[in-house]
Amino acid sequence: MTERIPGFSTLAVHAGAQPDPTTGARATPIYQTTSYVFESVDHAASLFGLQTFGNIYTRIGNPTNAVLEERVAALEGGTAGLAVASGHAAQVLVFHCLMQPGDEFVASKKLYGGSINQFNHAFKNFGWNVVWADPDDISSFERAISPKTKAIFTESIANPGGVITDMDAVAQVAKRAGVPYIVDNTLASPYLCRPFEHGADIIVHSLTKFLGGHGNSIGGMIVDGGTFNWSRERRYPMLCEPRPEYHGIVLHETFGNFAFAIACRVLALRDIGSALSPFNAFLILTGIETLPLRMRKHCDNTLTVAQWISNHPKVAWVSYPGLPGDRFHNLAKKYCPNGAGAVFTFGLKGGYDAGVKLVSNVKLFSHLANIGDTRSLIIHPASTTHRQLSDAQKTAAGAGPDVVRLSIGIEDHEDIIADLEEGLAD
Amino acid sequence: MNHDSYSDSYIRGILNTVKTIAMVGASEKQNRPSYFAFKYLLERGYRMIPINPGHAGETMVGQPIYARLADIPEPVDMVDIFRGSQYALPIVQEALALKPPPSVIWMQLGVRNDEAAALAEANGMKVVMNRCPKIEYGRLSSEIAWMGVNTRTISARKATIGGVQRMSLNRVTAPGGATAASDRVQRGDGGH
Repeated sequence: MTERIPGFSTLAVHAGAQPDPTTGARATPIYQTTSYVFESVDHAASLFGLQTFGNIYTRIGNPTNAVLEERVAALEGGTAGLAVASGHAAQVLVFHCLMQPGDEFVASKKLYGGSINQFNHAFKNFGWNVVWADPDDISSFERAISPKTKAIFTESIANPGGVITDMDAVAQVAKRAGVPYIVDNTLASPYLCRPFEHGADIIVHSLTKFLGGHGNSIGGMIVDGGTFNWSRERRYPMLCEPRPEYHGIVLHETFGNFAFAIACRVLALRDIGSALSPFNAFLILTGIETLPLRMRKHCDNTLTVAQWISNHPKVAWVSYPGLPGDRFHNLAKKYCPNGAGAVFTFGLKGGYDAGVKLVSNVKLFSHLANIGDTRSLIIHPASTTHRQLSDAQKTAAGAGPDVVRLSIGIEDHEDIIADLEEGLAD
Repeated sequence: MNHDSYSDSYIRGILNTVKTIAMVGASEKQNRPSYFAFKYLLERGYRMIPINPGHAGETMVGQPIYARLADIPEPVDMVDIFRGSQYALPIVQEALALKPPPSVIWMQLGVRNDEAAALAEANGMKVVMNRCPKIEYGRLSSEIAWMGVNTRTISARKATIGGVQRMSLNRVTAPGGATAASDRVQRGDGGH
């Protein structure tokens, strides 16, 4: 007998959620509580010893957050998820479970500027050393591998430059090196791209962007692909050695293919503390229900706007992989067949000053440092998000002085284009 | 039978049918996966029988430990093998010698022995390999979703908590309210 497997849109509405078992509430309740009563002393002991499934304290787990975790894990095709306070928190927890002081990881240099900062500065203080590689030259990942390498990290669609990473090729490098491949899938969302189908072992998200989608909540997510054999590699003591925190249990042996998500929860989140508010989880869950509808509109609008802007006389270039002729167009067709996302950059012939003028002139676009909102957003990275980077770093990250980044919303595209037209006028 | 993946209905059918489970290799050590699974399944209402020759005569979570399957004084529905894959074949042979033989052979997460599985299936047993019954129970009941695990199931039905929800009568009494006011009216000493 074959069982029917629900499709993506059905999972976006239903996965993780069911009517509340005590009240029958159909929408997922916001369990706004710090703690949960134990049924008995023995039940408490079982919970603290990880011997049974259940809730102890919202820093470690919350029933509203759990719905969000299963929802995103289902959409990505992973074994388990962990919701945390932000995308940056997700990255700290993931690397906490993989790295020890003096270890290295290889990361694509085409990343969100905030991640470049986090890896270059905050992580260095922990003794976690990033080695940068170039997604335009996959052999640079291979060359960056050393005996100290513990992971490889890339984005699927990179922010802000519209770079599509050749994930199948990077995954091969990771496999040969025996290290997990981590993909930040924030810009694509699982609707557009499914990194586990291309060799990723761990996915991280900023839920703040398209998954939440409405610009109202910061959140992050870790999804375990269940694909990495922690016991065989034996280089990850959080996963394959007895844990003194839990009376000597070995997480991979006990939890199998979702051990990494458990490690992130019971070792990293428990001790580091960057928990997500259940209220944020509720808002993000509501957003995810319409993810497929929104992403289709986002992508349709973005292609229309990118085509229009590429013909504008004041525009020097447009970097949007959805455009035929873009150097990442073929990779976009392979990895993001339903659309190349809603974030792209373009260059103004007038340089830095023209960028400042445009963000000052627009009226429908919001000038702010976020992406993935229902509203159209604009930013001039050189004067804002990437300001701390050197000029060379700015250009390397796709955020040179002439660059403007747009995140196209789900308004009527005629209004979006009219606002840009007016903003670019003399 | 394909043992690389099992349908939910196959696993659900087994977990809904078996009542008595003998766990070969059950450990009294509280940090061992077998202890986790044993205690969890016991709490879910299965009759659990630990098999461990080194500790026969002792008890585990209150259940007497036997040295071997043949020592169990009652029929078992399922044998759960918590030993290395190389031990699975002799354990299946022992299970086949039971009168009556169990209907299910379950090999734990990480345990797989195709020869043992073929022997069991040739004798009409259902076989599961490389899975944990605790994880599968938690997954199909969706209880494991509290840990963020993808159950790969969805439902728009309200989960039942053992029939009609029963609330305890043993609550602490709090002051005031309609009962006290109506008592005062009855006594004629003011109704407010």
